[in-house]
Amino acid sequence: MKNMIEIRWHGRGGQGAKTAALLLTDVVFQTGKYVQGFPEYGPERMGAPITAYNRISDKEIRVHSNIYEPDYVVVVDSSLIHVVDVLAGLKKGGAIIVNTEESEEEVRKHLGGYQGRLYTIDAKKISLETLGRYFPNTPMLAATAKITGVMREEEFLSAMEESFRHKFAKKPEVIEGNMAALRMSLEAIQLGEE
Amino acid sequence: MTKRDRMSGNEAVANALRQINPDVMPAFPITPSTEVPQFMASFAANGLVDTEFIPVESEHSSMSAAIGSEAAGARTVTATSSCGLAFMWEELYIAASNRLPLALVLVNRALSGPININCDHSDSMGARDAGWIQLYAETNQEAYDNMIMAYRIAEHDDVRLPIMICQDGFITSHAVMNIETIDDETVKNFVGTYEPDDYLLNKKRPMAVGPYAVSGYYMEAKRQQVEALRNVKRVALEVAEEFEKISGRKYGLFEEYRMDDAEYAIVIIGSAAGTAKDAVDKLREEGVKAGLIKIRFFRPFPAKEIVEALKGVKAVAVMDRSEGFSDNGGPMGAELISALYQAKSDMYAVNYIYGLGGRDVKVESIEEVYTALQEIVATGEVGETYRYLGLRERKDA
Repeated sequence: MKNMIEIRWHGRGGQGAKTAALLLTDVVFQTGKYVQGFPEYGPERMGAPITAYNRISDKEIRVHSNIYEPDYVVVVDSSLIHVVDVLAGLKKGGAIIVNTEESEEEVRKHLGGYQGRLYTIDAKKISLETLGRYFPNTPMLAATAKITGVMREEEFLSAMEESFRHKFAKKPEVIEGNMAALRMSLEAIQLGEE
Repeated sequence: MTKRDRMSGNEAVANALRQINPDVMPAFPITPSTEVPQFMASFAANGLVDTEFIPVESEHSSMSAAIGSEAAGARTVTATSSCGLAFMWEELYIAASNRLPLALVLVNRALSGPININCDHSDSMGARDAGWIQLYAETNQEAYDNMIMAYRIAEHDDVRLPIMICQDGFITSHAVMNIETIDDETVKNFVGTYEPDDYLLNKKRPMAVGPYAVSGYYMEAKRQQVEALRNVKRVALEVAEEFEKISGRKYGLFEEYRMDDAEYAIVIIGSAAGTAKDAVDKLREEGVKAGLIKIRFFRPFPAKEIVEALKGVKAVAVMDRSEGFSDNGGPMGAELISALYQAKSDMYAVNYIYGLGGRDVKVESIEEVYTALQEIVATGEVGETYRYLGLRERKDA
């Protein structure tokens, strides 16, 4: 792993992009690393574009600014591609992860012919199948953990189970569905050659 | 015993409060400090603290209730931000002049208007002359540590003043980062119990709180507040030394970062100091002798000590995250540059206003400041001494 990995999340208010960023902070912390997870706050409303950030490092993190040159961009809602410059500052060799039902080719077109690393995942399909409702953040979190390689899959799954037990202490019945969503998402992402 | 953990700045301070277990917390919610009373209310409901939580109807009331309970003899805390602090204005002076060592968790946020929820220091800087001790933090860790040290300083016999524990709204209050916490028992033993000599509920020694002072007494009362504030410097260092024994972390009135042979320095408060340290390291790699002083105590202001630490520096930039509307710079700029003059220093000094209303501070923005300092030294021309950093300006203006 490099000195520091920087991730920028794009979502819409209410989709859980902030929660996903904070959950990633939580699970990566358990691997012994230094972590930082924070949303960019403004007068957010349901449906409005929001941004959240992660820094992951082997060394203490001191910088407190937003992230302008991310290694990874996660787009939780593909309609944002037409609203926000999601590729802004993406590092050369970096990757973008998009939640979409469309083909990779279509997404590249929306991204103005972007030629770099792109991963697509149909979080809606996975979420509906495993949770019966549309919560895109759980699949996107799994995809991000796999693609960034910040932790091993088994390690990620057991840390997430721990987090879910804590988070859903009062409704344990949803843990199984969330775990299934994570597993299905990990399988759906094919890393291929890099 | 310490534990590696991760939490936001608000959660960190709330956890320190859980360990301290204050007697009373009156509070009214306001972004971005709301989580602090929220956590405390749930700790109280779940029996994790014995704190009497009082949900009041405004900040004017929360500070009034805090004054009442502290005067009664109860260890008291409240929390607020921005306009909430502004609404406490009258009571801030009353708490300080009545020498009530209560604690205020302040999560710094800009004052209206335009309405803005993000970080700058205009709330606490506006209250800088109210007679409170002010402690600032760069990180969630420092916010936690400052909270643990706060009552030991405020309640000390030679001090007896209220204390504001400040941290940057959202930037640290809502960012989850690594932290090292100390076990409950050690914190409880360190903080101790509050045993005031005199308090309203003491039937054996009746007393009056907040009486009228005629002109023959008022001035002496003020001077005594100054003496008490002056004592904070010594007491804070004693407390910090003891704190180091339980935490391994060392604290002074301010932090010096790579100042030993520094030629170009900035003096800065809060989370931007962390970003600035990255800039200092980058410049040092390029051979620039950059250094940084991070303020921990702004009240009392350790002016002489900072001037001493700046010795050997060729040019300094004083960074203010609030506008003072004096047309002569920000609050820290005015105080530090005046201290340099009194010390007959001939170093170049400029004052920057930055980060207002949450304007993001990047490593590159801080590098810009050091570049400006190098230019000043190279040319011998100071130019404008009252500058804005990261301001968007019309290109055709």
